Amino acid sequence: MTTERVHRYPAEGRLAAAYFIVALTALAVGGLMGTFQALNYAGIDEILGFNFYSDVPFIYSYYQALTLHGVLLVLIWTTFFICGFLLYVAVHSLGTPLPSLRFAWATFGLMLFGLLLAAVPILTNDATVLFTFYPPMKASPLYYFGLTLVVVATWGVLASLVQTYLVWRRQHPGVRTPLAAFMALVTMTMWTISTAGIAAQMIFLMIPWSLGVVQGTDPLLARTLFWFTGHPIVYFWLLPAYLSWYTMVPKQAGGRLFSDPMARVSFLLFLLLSIPVGLHHQYADPGIQHAMKFLHAVFTFGVFFPSLLTFFNVVASLENAGRARGGTGWLSWIVKLPWGNASVTAQLLAMILFAFGGISGLVNASYNVNNVVHNTAWVVGHFHLTVGTAVTLTFMGVLYWLVPYLSGKRLFSNRIALIQAWMWFIGMAIFSNALHRLGLLGMPRRSMIGDAPYLALQPEWQNILPFIGVGGVLMTISGLLFFAVLILTLTASKAPANVEFPRAEAVSGPEDAPAILDRWRPWIVGALVLIAIAYVPPLVAQLATLSLTSPGFRPW
Amino acid sequence: MQRSDRLSIYLYEFAWILPSIAIPVAMIVAIALSSFAMGINVQADYGRIDPTRVNETPPFDRPGLRQVGPNRYEAVIVAEIWRWIAATPDDKSRRVELTVPRGSEVTFIVTSRDVLHGLKIQNTAINMMIIPGQIARATAKFDIPGEYLFVCHEYCGTGHHFMYGVLRVE
Repeated sequence: MTTERVHRYPAEGRLAAAYFIVALTALAVGGLMGTFQALNYAGIDEILGFNFYSDVPFIYSYYQALTLHGVLLVLIWTTFFICGFLLYVAVHSLGTPLPSLRFAWATFGLMLFGLLLAAVPILTNDATVLFTFYPPMKASPLYYFGLTLVVVATWGVLASLVQTYLVWRRQHPGVRTPLAAFMALVTMTMWTISTAGIAAQMIFLMIPWSLGVVQGTDPLLARTLFWFTGHPIVYFWLLPAYLSWYTMVPKQAGGRLFSDPMARVSFLLFLLLSIPVGLHHQYADPGIQHAMKFLHAVFTFGVFFPSLLTFFNVVASLENAGRARGGTGWLSWIVKLPWGNASVTAQLLAMILFAFGGISGLVNASYNVNNVVHNTAWVVGHFHLTVGTAVTLTFMGVLYWLVPYLSGKRLFSNRIALIQAWMWFIGMAIFSNALHRLGLLGMPRRSMIGDAPYLALQPEWQNILPFIGVGGVLMTISGLLFFAVLILTLTASKAPANVEFPRAEAVSGPEDAPAILDRWRPWIVGALVLIAIAYVPPLVAQLATLSLTSPGFRPW
Repeated sequence: MQRSDRLSIYLYEFAWILPSIAIPVAMIVAIALSSFAMGINVQADYGRIDPTRVNETPPFDRPGLRQVGPNRYEAVIVAEIWRWIAATPDDKSRRVELTVPRGSEVTFIVTSRDVLHGLKIQNTAINMMIIPGQIARATAKFDIPGEYLFVCHEYCGTGHHFMYGVLRVE
């Protein structure tokens, strides 16, 4: 039975594996950079007498390593994992192979080519501009070309998904789209619409300017276009994790999804509300009126609504699983969840820390309250709980069943994988707690704090900074265990995998969903209308005063 | 599924949808009140400046601290790679210090000559992006004596972490 499932879509499996190899390589290198940053914060690099920034080949400075950390983790690890994962999930969920494997591989090839183009200037210290690359800091044109290719090529993933969906739709008229495929389609649709911002920034501002075709640029307009994409990207990371929590974890945990229609509603609301929120990254920017910032604050709080629906639905599904396993009482069903299963445990722990990440995100989103924490270490604490834990630990948990499933080899050690997940959880809890506290004390982000002269004036910061080192070291060990388990599974594991593709049944199934929830046009049009309301006024205002006056600088 | 089961699921969904809407709505009302009724606000549009001509454009041609009324001051600051200029431009010291008496209300007017910078004044609500081509401004009242650190909080190159200053309230 198992082998039959393993080989059902071997060609798509190989494509997904290719995406995962790139993603995991990025995770390894980017994660290593993070270790050294944590050690610098804690002041340990000085004690060890090892200068990471002159003793390691290809590493020139703290900020170059920070650029590698940011680009590899927030863009490459996430994007490549998600593209491979969504393609494979959609094929399985629809029971329909990709109509054009050649096109899907070409998409992958283009993304990889873009990554390699961008990697060259980063490694030669010609693009030490962090992953946000705010102009007028000016990197090598290769960096902008490369990242644009990575992002634009992902549109090909949506095209592959739509092709597959249309084939399935012709064979299944009137049937509700299976939930996992529906979620994959919503995620890639949202992402493709939102990447129009970064594509416009690159094509109209950054690339002509970096090539010297135009002499100056407009930093505020560039930021606005960047954050048009830059906030939706966090939902692009999160929705595939939700896909796993909704459609796979309940099954793995031995239960059923509580409500399929409510899951669809929450995803459609994410499609509507993920994009018109980018100005909340610019509350502290001059040059934008209060009214537009406040409107984006309202929409951002709107996203809290589907987040709470997700919270209820996922916890209700877990409760269903806990009770199916003999759990009773208000809370004791939690104990009955399969805490011995590393894949499930990693994702449960990811959910727990995500609750705290969501709460700290509400502070960032809260318009004037953001003044207290904007660009402080608080923000770093926040997104290490979200992308660094909710998303990353969930993807690790997914790989704990998906790698055995794809390779046909049993996970090398469930016990080591369990230790790995708990170490990530504990390490990140210590690390992010310290960052949140340092942020409230006013410590800036994106700074080489270990070498900052003002650190000496801040005894309170100095008391907390060692915890960053402790958390960072725990996560480093956890990361090493993660790679050890995966590599040993592929090389040393002899036993055949006994894994099935998890597919959660729903208590309230798709037949309870109104037909409007399975239509695309009204939701896409709705999303475009909300985007127009949120972005036409500020973009018109900025284009009216457009001044391409900033020349480029290379301050590194 | 039984009719009664379906009804109970609807009730569960409904029971959760209501607070899921009410909580964000209540939060946004609280923020609106604090912002527009109590005047705790964020940056707005204060006009543009040519970043290549900051040195000739008032008030940035004469950066520094000026008294503009009883207990009222104006701090004109220029950000550049990797220091704050809050005195005459020929003052090359990297660490800037501004001193005001307690009870002062200080308006900060800031721009950048080169790349992005960020200004947060510790223990105040002042936190702003300093964007070339844009003027940022914010006001704070300083009732408690002490040293208020302000550091650059937006990456501005390899000397970013050396860029800071101190506002002393006496």
